[in-house]
Amino acid sequence: MIEIEGLHKSFDGNEVLSGVSLAINKGEVVALIGGSGCGKSVLVKHVVGLMKPDRGRVIVDGREISTLNSRGLRELRARLGFLFQGGALFDSMTVFENVVFPLKEKTKLSDELIRTRAFKELELVGLSGSEHKYPSQISGGMVKRAALARALVMDPEIMVFDEPTTGLDPVIGLAILRLIDACHRRLSFTGLIVTHEIPKVFSIVDRVAMLHKGIIWAEGSPQEFVSSKDSVVREFVGEGTEGSFIR
Amino acid sequence: MGLFLVRTLFYTFIPPLKFARFLKQIRFIGFQSTIVILLTGGFSGMVLGFQGFYSLSRFGSDAFLGPMVGLALIKELGPVITALMVTGRAGSAIAAEIGIMRISEQIDALELMGLNPYRYLVVPNFLAAIICLPLLTAIFDVVGIFGGFLIGGKLLGVGAGTYFGEMANYVEMRDIMEGVYKSLSFGIIIVWVSCFKGYYTGIFTGFGAEGVSSATTQAVVLSSVLILVWDYFMTSLLF
Ligand SMILES: Nc1ncnc2c1ncn2[C@@H]1O[C@H](COP(=O)(O)OP(=O)(O)OP(=O)(O)O)[C@@H](O)[C@H]1O
Ligand SMILES: [Mg+2]
Repeated sequence: MIEIEGLHKSFDGNEVLSGVSLAINKGEVVALIGGSGCGKSVLVKHVVGLMKPDRGRVIVDGREISTLNSRGLRELRARLGFLFQGGALFDSMTVFENVVFPLKEKTKLSDELIRTRAFKELELVGLSGSEHKYPSQISGGMVKRAALARALVMDPEIMVFDEPTTGLDPVIGLAILRLIDACHRRLSFTGLIVTHEIPKVFSIVDRVAMLHKGIIWAEGSPQEFVSSKDSVVREFVGEGTEGSFIR
Repeated sequence: MGLFLVRTLFYTFIPPLKFARFLKQIRFIGFQSTIVILLTGGFSGMVLGFQGFYSLSRFGSDAFLGPMVGLALIKELGPVITALMVTGRAGSAIAAEIGIMRISEQIDALELMGLNPYRYLVVPNFLAAIICLPLLTAIFDVVGIFGGFLIGGKLLGVGAGTYFGEMANYVEMRDIMEGVYKSLSFGIIIVWVSCFKGYYTGIFTGFGAEGVSSATTQAVVLSSVLILVWDYFMTSLLF
Protein backbone atom coordinates (compact mmCIF):
# COMPACT_ATOMS: atom_id res chain seq x y z
CA MET A 1 0.00 0.00 0.00
CA ILE A 2 2.75 2.43 0.99
CA GLU A 3 6.24 1.74 -0.31
CA ILE A 4 9.17 3.98 0.44
CA GLU A 5 12.29 3.19 -1.56
CA GLY A 6 15.72 4.66 -0.97
CA LEU A 7 14.43 8.04 0.16
CA HIS A 8 17.04 10.77 0.46
CA LYS A 9 16.41 14.28 1.72
CA SER A 10 18.73 16.99 2.88
CA PHE A 11 18.21 20.58 3.99
CA ASP A 12 21.00 23.03 3.18
CA GLY A 13 23.60 20.27 2.90
CA ASN A 14 22.47 18.58 6.11
CA GLU A 15 21.26 15.12 5.19
CA VAL A 16 18.24 14.12 7.24
CA LEU A 17 17.11 11.02 5.36
CA SER A 18 19.79 8.96 3.69
CA GLY A 19 18.10 6.04 2.00
CA VAL A 20 14.96 5.18 3.94
CA SER A 21 13.11 2.10 2.71
CA LEU A 22 9.91 0.93 4.32
CA ALA A 23 6.83 -0.92 3.12
CA ILE A 24 3.43 -0.86 4.79
CA ASN A 25 0.84 -3.36 3.67
CA LYS A 26 -2.82 -2.61 3.24
CA GLY A 27 -4.67 -2.54 6.52
CA GLU A 28 -1.50 -2.68 8.55
CA VAL A 29 -0.56 -0.18 11.25
CA VAL A 30 3.11 0.62 11.70
CA ALA A 31 4.69 2.63 14.47
CA LEU A 32 7.60 4.86 13.52
CA ILE A 33 9.89 5.58 16.41
CA GLY A 34 13.19 7.37 16.70
CA GLY A 35 15.01 10.12 18.51
CA SER A 36 13.82 13.69 18.50
CA GLY A 37 14.91 15.49 15.35
CA CYS A 38 15.92 12.35 13.49
CA GLY A 39 13.55 13.12 10.62
CA LYS A 40 10.31 11.31 11.44
CA SER A 41 8.14 14.29 10.56
CA VAL A 42 10.14 14.84 7.39
CA LEU A 43 9.61 11.20 6.43
CA VAL A 44 5.85 11.22 6.91
CA LYS A 45 5.55 14.49 5.00
CA HIS A 46 7.07 12.70 2.03
CA VAL A 47 4.44 10.00 2.32
CA VAL A 48 1.62 12.52 1.91
CA GLY A 49 3.44 14.52 -0.75
CA LEU A 50 4.08 17.69 1.24
CA MET A 51 7.80 17.34 0.61
CA LYS A 52 9.60 16.18 -2.51
CA PRO A 53 12.42 13.64 -2.19
CA ASP A 54 15.90 14.52 -3.38
CA ARG A 55 16.32 10.91 -4.41
CA GLY A 56 14.21 7.76 -4.04
CA ARG A 57 10.51 7.14 -4.42
CA VAL A 58 7.33 7.03 -2.41
CA ILE A 59 4.67 4.81 -3.92
CA VAL A 60 1.16 4.84 -2.50
CA ASP A 61 -1.34 2.42 -3.97
CA GLY A 62 0.94 1.69 -6.91
CA ARG A 63 1.36 5.35 -7.84
CA GLU A 64 4.54 7.29 -7.32
CA ILE A 65 3.65 10.45 -5.45
CA SER A 66 6.21 12.84 -6.90
CA THR A 67 5.06 12.12 -10.46
CA LEU A 68 1.37 12.73 -9.80
CA ASN A 69 -0.22 15.79 -11.35
CA SER A 70 -2.40 17.99 -9.21
CA ARG A 71 -5.56 16.01 -9.97
CA GLY A 72 -3.90 12.71 -9.12
CA LEU A 73 -2.58 14.18 -5.92
CA ARG A 74 -6.03 15.50 -5.03
CA GLU A 75 -7.63 12.10 -5.61
CA LEU A 76 -5.03 10.44 -3.46
CA ARG A 77 -5.37 12.97 -0.69
CA ALA A 78 -9.13 12.56 -0.62
CA ARG A 79 -8.51 9.08 0.79
CA LEU A 80 -5.85 10.14 3.20
CA GLY A 81 -5.88 11.59 6.68
CA PHE A 82 -2.95 13.37 8.26
CA LEU A 83 -2.51 14.53 11.82
CA PHE A 84 0.07 17.30 12.00
CA GLN A 85 2.47 17.30 14.89
CA GLY A 86 1.38 20.85 15.67
CA GLY A 87 -2.29 20.24 14.92
CA ALA A 88 -2.50 22.82 12.12
CA LEU A 89 -6.06 23.77 13.03
CA PHE A 90 -7.40 26.76 11.13
CA ASP A 91 -7.12 29.42 13.79
CA SER A 92 -9.80 31.67 12.35
CA MET A 93 -12.37 28.91 12.88
CA THR A 94 -13.78 27.33 16.01
CA VAL A 95 -13.03 23.72 16.87
CA PHE A 96 -16.43 22.71 15.54
CA GLU A 97 -15.97 24.62 12.30
CA ASN A 98 -12.57 22.99 11.89
CA VAL A 99 -14.04 19.52 12.17
CA VAL A 100 -16.95 20.17 9.81
CA PHE A 101 -14.76 22.02 7.31
CA PRO A 102 -13.52 18.98 5.32
CA LEU A 103 -17.01 17.47 5.34
CA LYS A 104 -18.56 20.71 4.12
CA GLU A 105 -15.98 21.25 1.39
CA LYS A 106 -15.48 17.72 0.17
CA THR A 107 -18.81 15.91 0.62
CA LYS A 108 -22.39 16.60 -0.34
CA LEU A 109 -23.86 15.48 2.97
CA SER A 110 -26.69 17.50 4.45
CA ASP A 111 -25.87 20.06 7.13
CA GLU A 112 -27.78 18.02 9.66
CA LEU A 113 -25.75 14.88 8.96
CA ILE A 114 -22.51 16.82 9.05
CA ARG A 115 -23.39 18.26 12.44
CA THR A 116 -24.15 14.91 13.98
CA ARG A 117 -20.99 13.36 12.52
CA ALA A 118 -18.85 16.19 13.83
CA PHE A 119 -20.40 16.09 17.28
CA LYS A 120 -19.90 12.34 17.45
CA GLU A 121 -16.27 12.65 16.46
CA LEU A 122 -15.67 15.44 18.98
CA GLU A 123 -17.28 13.36 21.69
CA LEU A 124 -15.01 10.43 20.85
CA VAL A 125 -11.90 12.55 21.38
CA GLY A 126 -13.42 13.99 24.55
CA LEU A 127 -13.98 17.52 23.39
CA SER A 128 -17.72 17.90 23.91
CA GLY A 129 -18.30 21.29 25.42
CA SER A 130 -15.35 23.01 23.77
CA GLU A 131 -16.78 23.01 20.25
CA HIS A 132 -17.22 26.73 20.08
CA LYS A 133 -13.84 27.77 21.34
CA TYR A 134 -11.09 28.93 19.03
CA PRO A 135 -7.80 27.00 18.76
CA SER A 136 -5.98 29.76 20.65
CA GLN A 137 -8.41 29.37 23.55
CA ILE A 138 -7.81 25.68 24.20
CA SER A 139 -4.83 23.78 25.55
CA GLY A 140 -2.19 22.15 23.38
CA GLY A 141 -3.55 18.70 24.15
CA MET A 142 -7.03 19.78 23.16
CA VAL A 143 -5.68 21.18 19.88
CA LYS A 144 -4.17 17.75 19.22
CA ARG A 145 -7.45 16.02 19.91
CA ALA A 146 -9.43 18.46 17.77
CA ALA A 147 -6.97 17.90 14.94
CA LEU A 148 -7.39 14.17 15.40
CA ALA A 149 -11.15 14.54 15.13
CA ARG A 150 -10.71 16.58 11.97
CA ALA A 151 -8.44 13.94 10.45
CA LEU A 152 -10.75 11.04 11.33
CA VAL A 153 -14.03 12.64 10.34
CA MET A 154 -13.51 11.83 6.66
CA ASP A 155 -13.11 8.08 7.29
CA PRO A 156 -9.76 7.93 5.48
CA GLU A 157 -8.29 4.74 4.00
CA ILE A 158 -4.78 5.78 4.90
CA MET A 159 -4.02 7.55 8.16
CA VAL A 160 -0.76 9.16 9.12
CA PHE A 161 -0.45 10.36 12.71
CA ASP A 162 2.49 12.57 13.64
CA GLU A 163 2.77 12.17 17.41
CA PRO A 164 -0.91 11.88 18.30
CA THR A 165 -0.29 11.66 22.03
CA THR A 166 2.68 13.93 22.68
CA GLY A 167 1.68 16.64 25.12
CA LEU A 168 -1.28 14.73 26.50
CA ASP A 169 -1.48 13.39 30.03
CA PRO A 170 -1.03 9.59 30.33
CA VAL A 171 -4.74 8.90 30.80
CA ILE A 172 -5.89 10.86 27.77
CA GLY A 173 -2.86 9.67 25.82
CA LEU A 174 -3.89 6.08 26.39
CA ALA A 175 -7.49 6.92 25.53
CA ILE A 176 -6.35 8.45 22.24
CA LEU A 177 -4.32 5.36 21.39
CA ARG A 178 -7.38 3.23 22.12
CA LEU A 179 -9.45 5.55 19.96
CA ILE A 180 -7.01 5.14 17.09
CA ASP A 181 -7.16 1.39 17.58
CA ALA A 182 -10.95 1.41 17.60
CA CYS A 183 -11.02 3.49 14.44
CA HIS A 184 -8.63 1.09 12.84
CA ARG A 185 -10.91 -1.82 13.67
CA ARG A 186 -13.88 0.05 12.27
CA LEU A 187 -12.30 1.49 9.11
CA SER A 188 -9.32 -0.86 8.79
CA PHE A 189 -7.19 1.96 7.46
CA THR A 190 -3.54 1.59 6.61
CA GLY A 191 -1.76 3.49 9.31
CA LEU A 192 1.55 5.05 10.16
CA ILE A 193 1.95 6.38 13.70
CA VAL A 194 4.92 8.51 14.63
CA THR A 195 5.25 8.21 18.37
CA HIS A 196 7.41 8.29 21.46
CA GLU A 197 4.76 6.33 23.36
CA ILE A 198 6.87 3.23 23.98
CA PRO A 199 5.80 0.62 24.96
CA LYS A 200 2.13 1.68 25.10
CA VAL A 201 1.80 1.93 21.35
CA PHE A 202 3.12 -1.61 20.88
CA SER A 203 -0.23 -3.12 21.77
CA ILE A 204 -2.07 -1.41 18.90
CA VAL A 205 0.39 -1.76 16.01
CA ASP A 206 1.36 -4.65 13.79
CA ARG A 207 4.92 -3.60 13.20
CA VAL A 208 7.46 -1.13 14.48
CA ALA A 209 10.14 0.69 12.47
CA MET A 210 12.91 2.68 14.02
CA LEU A 211 14.46 5.63 12.21
CA HIS A 212 18.03 6.30 13.21
CA LYS A 213 20.90 8.03 11.41
CA GLY A 214 18.73 8.65 8.34
CA ILE A 215 17.80 5.03 7.67
CA ILE A 216 15.36 2.47 9.01
CA TRP A 217 17.70 1.07 11.63
CA ALA A 218 15.44 -1.73 12.77
CA GLU A 219 12.09 -3.08 11.77
CA GLY A 220 9.92 -5.86 13.12
CA SER A 221 7.03 -6.91 15.28
CA PRO A 222 6.61 -5.30 18.71
CA GLN A 223 7.79 -8.54 20.34
CA GLU A 224 10.96 -8.52 18.27
CA PHE A 225 11.61 -4.96 19.36
CA VAL A 226 11.13 -5.67 23.03
CA SER A 227 13.56 -8.58 22.90
CA SER A 228 15.99 -6.97 20.46
CA LYS A 229 19.73 -7.37 21.00
CA ASP A 230 20.63 -4.23 19.03
CA SER A 231 22.14 -1.69 21.41
CA VAL A 232 20.49 1.35 19.79
CA VAL A 233 17.07 -0.29 19.94
CA ARG A 234 17.67 -1.53 23.49
CA GLU A 235 18.57 1.93 24.64
CA PHE A 236 15.41 3.30 23.06
CA VAL A 237 12.91 0.59 23.90
CA GLY A 238 14.54 -1.22 26.77
CA GLU A 239 14.22 1.28 29.57
CA GLY A 240 10.45 1.51 29.67
CA THR A 241 9.89 -2.20 29.25
CA GLU A 242 12.41 -3.54 31.68
CA GLY A 243 11.90 -0.93 34.33
CA SER A 244 15.49 0.20 34.66
CA PHE A 245 15.07 3.43 36.56
CA ILE A 246 17.70 6.02 37.12
CA ARG A 247 18.19 6.31 40.84
CA MET B 1 6.24 35.65 -8.78
CA GLY B 2 4.80 35.90 -12.28
CA LEU B 3 3.61 32.32 -12.02
CA PHE B 4 1.85 33.19 -8.79
CA LEU B 5 -0.16 35.87 -10.56
CA VAL B 6 -0.98 33.57 -13.46
CA ARG B 7 -2.26 30.89 -11.07
CA THR B 8 -4.28 33.45 -9.18
CA LEU B 9 -5.89 34.67 -12.39
CA PHE B 10 -6.54 31.09 -13.44
CA TYR B 11 -8.39 30.21 -10.24
CA THR B 12 -10.19 33.56 -10.31
CA PHE B 13 -11.89 32.70 -13.55
CA ILE B 14 -12.49 29.02 -12.86
CA PRO B 15 -15.36 28.55 -10.41
CA PRO B 16 -16.22 27.73 -7.67
CA LEU B 17 -15.63 30.95 -5.82
CA LYS B 18 -15.50 30.85 -2.04
CA PHE B 19 -18.21 33.39 -1.59
CA ALA B 20 -18.25 33.74 2.17
CA ARG B 21 -14.57 34.51 2.28
CA PHE B 22 -14.94 36.89 -0.63
CA LEU B 23 -17.58 38.88 1.27
CA LYS B 24 -15.46 38.84 4.38
CA GLN B 25 -12.50 40.27 2.47
CA ILE B 26 -14.67 42.94 0.83
CA ARG B 27 -15.69 43.97 4.29
CA PHE B 28 -12.08 43.96 5.45
CA ILE B 29 -10.37 45.58 2.48
CA GLY B 30 -13.22 47.87 1.49
CA PHE B 31 -15.61 48.74 4.24
CA GLN B 32 -13.12 48.87 7.08
CA SER B 33 -10.81 51.13 5.06
CA THR B 34 -13.40 53.83 4.50
CA ILE B 35 -12.63 55.85 7.65
CA VAL B 36 -8.95 56.03 6.77
CA ILE B 37 -9.82 56.98 3.22
CA LEU B 38 -12.28 59.66 4.36
CA LEU B 39 -9.67 61.21 6.62
CA THR B 40 -6.75 61.09 4.21
CA GLY B 41 -8.95 62.15 1.29
CA GLY B 42 -10.35 65.12 3.17
CA PHE B 43 -7.03 66.39 4.36
CA SER B 44 -5.29 65.83 1.03
CA GLY B 45 -8.01 67.91 -0.63
CA MET B 46 -7.68 70.64 1.97
CA VAL B 47 -3.92 70.81 1.52
CA LEU B 48 -4.40 70.98 -2.22
CA GLY B 49 -6.85 73.81 -1.65
CA PHE B 50 -4.26 75.83 0.20
CA GLN B 51 -1.30 75.04 -2.01
CA GLY B 52 -3.27 75.36 -5.22
CA PHE B 53 -4.75 78.68 -4.23
CA TYR B 54 -1.38 79.99 -3.16
CA SER B 55 0.30 79.04 -6.43
CA LEU B 56 -2.55 79.97 -8.71
CA SER B 57 -3.24 83.32 -7.13
CA ARG B 58 0.34 84.34 -7.94
CA PHE B 59 -0.58 84.14 -11.58
CA GLY B 60 -3.95 85.64 -10.90
CA SER B 61 -5.68 82.51 -12.03
CA ASP B 62 -7.25 81.26 -8.82
CA ALA B 63 -10.45 80.61 -10.74
CA PHE B 64 -8.79 77.43 -11.91
CA LEU B 65 -8.47 76.04 -8.41
CA GLY B 66 -11.36 73.62 -9.06
CA PRO B 67 -9.86 71.91 -12.10
CA MET B 68 -6.45 71.85 -10.51
CA VAL B 69 -7.63 70.12 -7.35
CA GLY B 70 -9.95 67.84 -9.31
CA LEU B 71 -7.34 66.72 -11.82
CA ALA B 72 -4.63 66.24 -9.25
CA LEU B 73 -6.92 64.10 -7.13
CA ILE B 74 -8.60 62.09 -9.87
CA LYS B 75 -5.57 61.38 -11.99
CA GLU B 76 -2.87 61.04 -9.41
CA LEU B 77 -3.33 61.51 -5.71
CA GLY B 78 -6.60 59.63 -5.31
CA PRO B 79 -5.47 56.32 -6.77
CA VAL B 80 -1.96 56.52 -5.34
CA ILE B 81 -2.72 57.57 -1.78
CA THR B 82 -5.69 55.20 -1.57
CA ALA B 83 -3.50 52.35 -2.75
CA LEU B 84 -0.78 53.24 -0.26
CA MET B 85 -3.31 53.42 2.58
CA VAL B 86 -4.82 50.06 1.62
CA THR B 87 -1.33 48.58 1.39
CA GLY B 88 -0.60 49.71 4.91
CA ARG B 89 -3.90 48.59 6.30
CA ALA B 90 -4.93 45.50 4.36
CA GLY B 91 -1.82 44.43 2.46
CA SER B 92 0.17 44.03 5.64
CA ALA B 93 -2.66 42.13 7.31
CA ILE B 94 -3.10 39.81 4.34
CA ALA B 95 0.62 39.03 4.25
CA ALA B 96 0.67 38.40 7.99
CA GLU B 97 -2.42 36.19 7.97
CA ILE B 98 -1.24 34.02 5.10
CA GLY B 99 2.28 33.96 6.54
CA ILE B 100 1.02 32.68 9.87
CA MET B 101 -1.08 30.06 8.10
CA ARG B 102 2.04 28.98 6.26
CA ILE B 103 4.30 28.61 9.27
CA SER B 104 1.63 26.89 11.38
CA GLU B 105 1.10 24.39 8.54
CA GLN B 106 -2.50 25.48 7.97
CA ILE B 107 -1.78 25.86 4.25
CA ASP B 108 -0.37 22.34 4.18
CA ALA B 109 -3.50 21.16 5.97
CA LEU B 110 -5.67 22.76 3.29
CA GLU B 111 -3.66 21.06 0.59
CA LEU B 112 -3.92 17.71 2.33
CA MET B 113 -7.68 18.04 2.38
CA GLY B 114 -7.41 18.25 -1.39
CA LEU B 115 -8.40 21.90 -1.32
CA ASN B 116 -6.68 24.58 -3.30
CA PRO B 117 -5.06 27.28 -1.15
CA TYR B 118 -5.28 29.82 -3.96
CA ARG B 119 -9.02 29.43 -4.08
CA TYR B 120 -9.38 29.88 -0.35
CA LEU B 121 -6.74 32.45 0.45
CA VAL B 122 -5.71 34.39 -2.61
CA VAL B 123 -8.66 34.66 -4.97
CA PRO B 124 -11.13 36.16 -2.45
CA ASN B 125 -8.60 38.89 -1.62
CA PHE B 126 -7.87 39.43 -5.26
CA LEU B 127 -11.48 39.96 -6.28
CA ALA B 128 -12.23 42.03 -3.22
CA ALA B 129 -9.33 44.35 -3.97
CA ILE B 130 -10.31 44.74 -7.61
CA ILE B 131 -13.78 45.77 -6.54
CA CYS B 132 -12.86 47.87 -3.53
CA LEU B 133 -9.91 49.89 -4.76
CA PRO B 134 -11.77 51.88 -7.44
CA LEU B 135 -14.63 52.50 -5.01
CA LEU B 136 -12.33 53.66 -2.24
CA THR B 137 -10.51 55.85 -4.74
CA ALA B 138 -13.82 57.39 -5.79
CA ILE B 139 -14.62 58.14 -2.16
CA PHE B 140 -11.17 59.64 -1.70
CA ASP B 141 -11.62 61.85 -4.78
CA VAL B 142 -15.06 63.11 -3.80
CA VAL B 143 -14.09 63.85 -0.23
CA GLY B 144 -10.87 65.47 -1.44
CA ILE B 145 -12.70 67.70 -3.88
CA PHE B 146 -14.99 68.89 -1.13
CA GLY B 147 -12.01 69.33 1.16
CA GLY B 148 -10.41 71.53 -1.49
CA PHE B 149 -13.62 73.50 -1.78
CA LEU B 150 -13.80 73.93 1.97
CA ILE B 151 -10.45 75.69 1.95
CA GLY B 152 -10.46 77.35 -1.48
CA GLY B 153 -14.12 78.23 -1.49
CA LYS B 154 -15.19 78.86 2.08
CA LEU B 155 -11.93 80.14 3.50
CA LEU B 156 -10.13 81.77 0.60
CA GLY B 157 -13.09 82.99 -1.36
CA VAL B 158 -13.30 81.08 -4.64
CA GLY B 159 -16.98 80.88 -5.54
CA ALA B 160 -18.77 77.54 -5.58
CA GLY B 161 -19.88 78.13 -9.16
CA THR B 162 -16.35 78.88 -10.29
CA TYR B 163 -14.84 75.98 -8.36
CA PHE B 164 -17.22 73.28 -9.51
CA GLY B 165 -18.09 74.85 -12.86
CA GLU B 166 -14.52 75.11 -14.05
CA MET B 167 -13.87 71.62 -12.72
CA ALA B 168 -16.75 70.27 -14.81
CA ASN B 169 -15.34 72.11 -17.84
CA TYR B 170 -11.86 70.78 -17.57
CA VAL B 171 -12.12 67.29 -16.11
CA GLU B 172 -12.85 64.86 -18.90
CA MET B 173 -14.02 61.29 -18.96
CA ARG B 174 -10.58 60.04 -19.90
CA ASP B 175 -9.12 61.66 -16.78
CA ILE B 176 -11.58 59.75 -14.68
CA MET B 177 -10.86 56.53 -16.55
CA GLU B 178 -7.16 57.06 -15.98
CA GLY B 179 -7.85 57.09 -12.26
CA VAL B 180 -9.99 53.97 -12.52
CA TYR B 181 -7.38 52.04 -14.48
CA LYS B 182 -4.71 53.06 -12.03
CA SER B 183 -6.69 52.05 -8.97
CA LEU B 184 -7.59 48.69 -10.53
CA SER B 185 -3.98 47.90 -11.30
CA PHE B 186 -2.88 49.05 -7.85
CA GLY B 187 -5.42 46.68 -6.32
CA ILE B 188 -3.90 43.83 -8.29
CA ILE B 189 -0.39 44.84 -7.20
CA ILE B 190 -1.33 44.99 -3.52
CA VAL B 191 -2.94 41.56 -3.36
CA TRP B 192 -0.42 39.96 -5.64
CA VAL B 193 2.57 41.12 -3.61
CA SER B 194 0.99 40.63 -0.18
CA CYS B 195 -0.32 37.14 -0.88
CA PHE B 196 2.92 36.13 -2.54
CA LYS B 197 5.03 37.30 0.38
CA GLY B 198 2.76 35.62 2.89
CA TYR B 199 2.48 32.42 0.89
CA TYR B 200 6.22 31.95 0.64
CA THR B 201 7.05 32.82 4.23
CA GLY B 202 9.81 30.47 5.30
CA ILE B 203 11.06 30.07 1.74
CA PHE B 204 12.06 33.61 0.81
CA THR B 205 12.10 34.90 4.38
CA GLY B 206 13.16 33.43 7.70
CA PHE B 207 11.05 31.05 9.76
CA GLY B 208 8.77 31.65 12.69
CA ALA B 209 7.47 34.97 13.94
CA GLU B 210 10.45 36.73 12.45
CA GLY B 211 9.67 35.25 9.06
CA VAL B 212 6.12 36.55 9.23
CA SER B 213 7.24 39.98 10.30
CA SER B 214 9.76 40.28 7.50
CA ALA B 215 7.22 38.92 5.00
CA THR B 216 4.84 41.66 6.14
CA THR B 217 7.46 44.37 5.91
CA GLN B 218 8.58 43.21 2.50
CA ALA B 219 4.98 43.07 1.31
CA VAL B 220 4.36 46.69 2.30
CA VAL B 221 7.65 48.03 0.98
CA LEU B 222 7.51 46.14 -2.29
CA SER B 223 3.83 47.00 -2.91
CA SER B 224 4.45 50.67 -2.22
CA VAL B 225 7.46 50.84 -4.50
CA LEU B 226 5.72 48.88 -7.25
CA ILE B 227 2.68 51.15 -6.98
CA LEU B 228 4.74 54.28 -7.49
CA VAL B 229 6.84 52.78 -10.29
CA TRP B 230 3.80 51.40 -12.05
CA ASP B 231 2.08 54.75 -11.56
CA TYR B 232 4.92 56.41 -13.45
CA PHE B 233 4.58 53.99 -16.34
CA MET B 234 0.83 54.32 -16.50
CA THR B 235 1.04 58.09 -16.39
CA SER B 236 3.57 58.22 -19.19
CA LEU B 237 1.50 55.76 -21.22
CA LEU B 238 -1.79 57.56 -20.73
CA PHE B 239 -0.33 61.05 -20.96
N1 LIG C 1 11.63 22.74 6.38
C1 LIG C 1 12.83 22.43 6.89
N2 LIG C 1 13.91 23.14 6.55
C2 LIG C 1 15.12 22.85 7.03
N3 LIG C 1 15.36 21.83 7.87
C3 LIG C 1 14.33 21.07 8.27
C4 LIG C 1 13.00 21.34 7.78
N4 LIG C 1 12.18 20.43 8.33
C5 LIG C 1 12.95 19.65 9.11
N5 LIG C 1 14.24 20.02 9.08
C6 LIG C 1 15.35 19.36 9.78
O1 LIG C 1 15.17 17.98 9.67
C7 LIG C 1 15.51 17.34 10.87
C8 LIG C 1 14.42 16.38 11.27
O2 LIG C 1 13.27 17.10 11.65
P1 LIG C 1 11.92 16.37 12.03
O3 LIG C 1 10.93 17.43 12.29
O4 LIG C 1 11.58 15.39 10.97
O5 LIG C 1 12.28 15.61 13.36
P2 LIG C 1 11.37 14.59 14.16
O6 LIG C 1 12.00 13.26 14.04
O7 LIG C 1 9.97 14.71 13.70
O8 LIG C 1 11.53 15.09 15.64
P3 LIG C 1 10.42 15.18 16.80
O9 LIG C 1 10.34 13.85 17.40
O10 LIG C 1 11.00 16.18 17.74
O11 LIG C 1 9.16 15.66 16.16
C9 LIG C 1 15.78 18.42 11.89
O12 LIG C 1 17.16 18.44 12.13
C10 LIG C 1 15.33 19.69 11.24
O13 LIG C 1 16.26 20.70 11.53
MG1 LIG D 1 8.29 15.43 14.41
